[in-house]
Parts: sequence; C-alpha cells; structure tokens
Amino acid sequence: MKALLALLQELAGLFVEDGALALAIVAVVALAGILAALFPIVPWASGAVLLIGCLGVLLVNVMKFRRR
Amino acid sequence: MIGSLTHAGSAVTAAFLASLVEAVEALTIVLAVATVRGWRPAGLGAIAGLVLLAVIVAALGPLLDRVPLNLLQLAIGILLLLFGMRWLRKAILRAAGIIPLHDETTIFASETAELREQARHHELRLDWLAGLASFKAVLLEGLEVVFIVIAISAGRGTLVPVSIAALAACLLIAAVGFLVHRPLARVPENMLKFAVGVMLSAFGLFWTGEGFGVAWPGADLAIVAFAALFLATGLAAVALLNRRGAVTLS
Repeated sequence: MKALLALLQELAGLFVEDGALALAIVAVVALAGILAALFPIVPWASGAVLLIGCLGVLLVNVMKFRRR
Repeated sequence: MIGSLTHAGSAVTAAFLASLVEAVEALTIVLAVATVRGWRPAGLGAIAGLVLLAVIVAALGPLLDRVPLNLLQLAIGILLLLFGMRWLRKAILRAAGIIPLHDETTIFASETAELREQARHHELRLDWLAGLASFKAVLLEGLEVVFIVIAISAGRGTLVPVSIAALAACLLIAAVGFLVHRPLARVPENMLKFAVGVMLSAFGLFWTGEGFGVAWPGADLAIVAFAALFLATGLAAVALLNRRGAVTLS
C-alpha cells in the first residue's frame, strides 16, 4: 500500500513539482476559458491571454525562486 | 501541407529527445541494480515494468478514441503545459546555476549505496527490492514517454512516427548502456530538457488554445512561433538569473 501511494505521488509529481507554478498555469488556463466562453466572437483574446499568461508565469516563477 | 509537416517534424523531434532523457534516467537505476545484485533482478524488474506499460497502453489507448476531440485537446494541452513548463522551469534554474545539474554519476552512486545499505538489513529479500527499484524506474520513466507520445500526437495521425521516434531513442540508450555498462553521464541532459521543455510547452499552449476554439494564425506553424517565444523567454530568464553571464546549458 505504501509503495502504491509513493508511486501515485511520483505520478502526480510528473505534472506538479512547484505548486505555485501549477496553480498559476491553471489560473491562466481558467481565465482563457472564461474569456472563450464569454466572448466566443473574439477567440484571439483567449489565445492572447494563454500565450502572454504562460510566458509571464514562467518568468515570474523563476525570478521569485531566485529570491527564495 | 507545410504546417502539417512542421507539426509532424516537431512532434517526432520532441518525442525522440524526451525519450532520450527518460531512457538515460531509467538506465541509471537499472544499471545500479545490476551492479549491486546482478542482471537477473535488474532485467526482470525492467521487463515487468515494460509489460505493465504495454498493458496500460493497450487498456487506455482505445478509450482515447471515445473522448471528443476538443475535450481531448484541452485536457492534453493543460497536462502538457504543466509537464513542459515544469521541465523548462527546472532547466532554466539549472542552467543559471541556482539548483544543481542532474548528475547521472551521483544518482548511480547514491542508488548503489542505498541498495548496499538495504543488503545489510534485508539480505533475503534484496533481489525482490532490487527488482522493484528497476521496475519502478522503467515504469515511471516509461509512463512519461507514453504520455509525451500520446499527448503530442493526439488527433493528428502522427502516432506511428512519434512512437517510432520514442522507441528508437529508448533502444539507442539501451544499446549504448548495454555496451558501456555505466551511466551515460556525458549526455547533455539539461540542454535536452531545456529543448524538450520548450517544445512540450509550445504543444501544450497550442492544444489548450485549440480546445478553447482559438484559430491560431498560421495553424500548425504557430507551434514553431510558440517554441521560439518559450525559448527566448527561457534564455532571457537564464540571463537575468545569471547576472555574471556565464550561461551553462549542459
């Protein structure tokens, strides 16, 4: 049972290592999804949020890590 | 046509490079087990891991066809973003010298020492423990390969070339490992992880947008633009983090 739990933990770790980065990515995706649902006639807005959001999240995350 | 070829080329390259990295990591553990307990538990553990992987692929593969394409693109896109940006973040921090580089020789030494320590306490069931270590390494690294293959080829009919690329990378590392019998410490792992992180993040962004109904300019060619943007951001982050300018990518 312990081995199975450890395996599941390692599987989750494939996608989530730094909780802040994972949460920020999910938040960007959620925002893009809300925009896509509210303004389906301007889908580029959702795309722009995704693109700028992901690049921004990455940059901010690594810069914050340096300060830690 | 150019867009499709670009997509297929990027997918094959990403799968090959990512599989190289994963295979090197699995090989290190299997070699450590073989060094301490011989090839029997190492080989049996690795084979058991491969068999379970095959069962998982055979069981889950047909289910993917039943998921609506938009939903599949969205789910895989988000997972790819999480997975790819995690790799890219780590590669940036390693390239800037903030966290240590992944060192196969050190991992091999630590795994070997751990198995020898276990030998003192559990001599009788050590073969079983050693086989389990080999099994777990092959299963976990293999699952990453399977995820990458499925994710970057989802819904685009590139499953066969992408699978062949991944398999070729794994066989190449297995053959080299079998010949040299030591961890492949000279593989520029961080540079590969940087490149793969860039490509997987680009694919993730593309799929997530497609899942939301975004018509990306240039269609599949947008992946190349996204990869260039992630690469530029990653290199800029390394330069910012490493103010002395000594950028070490490998």
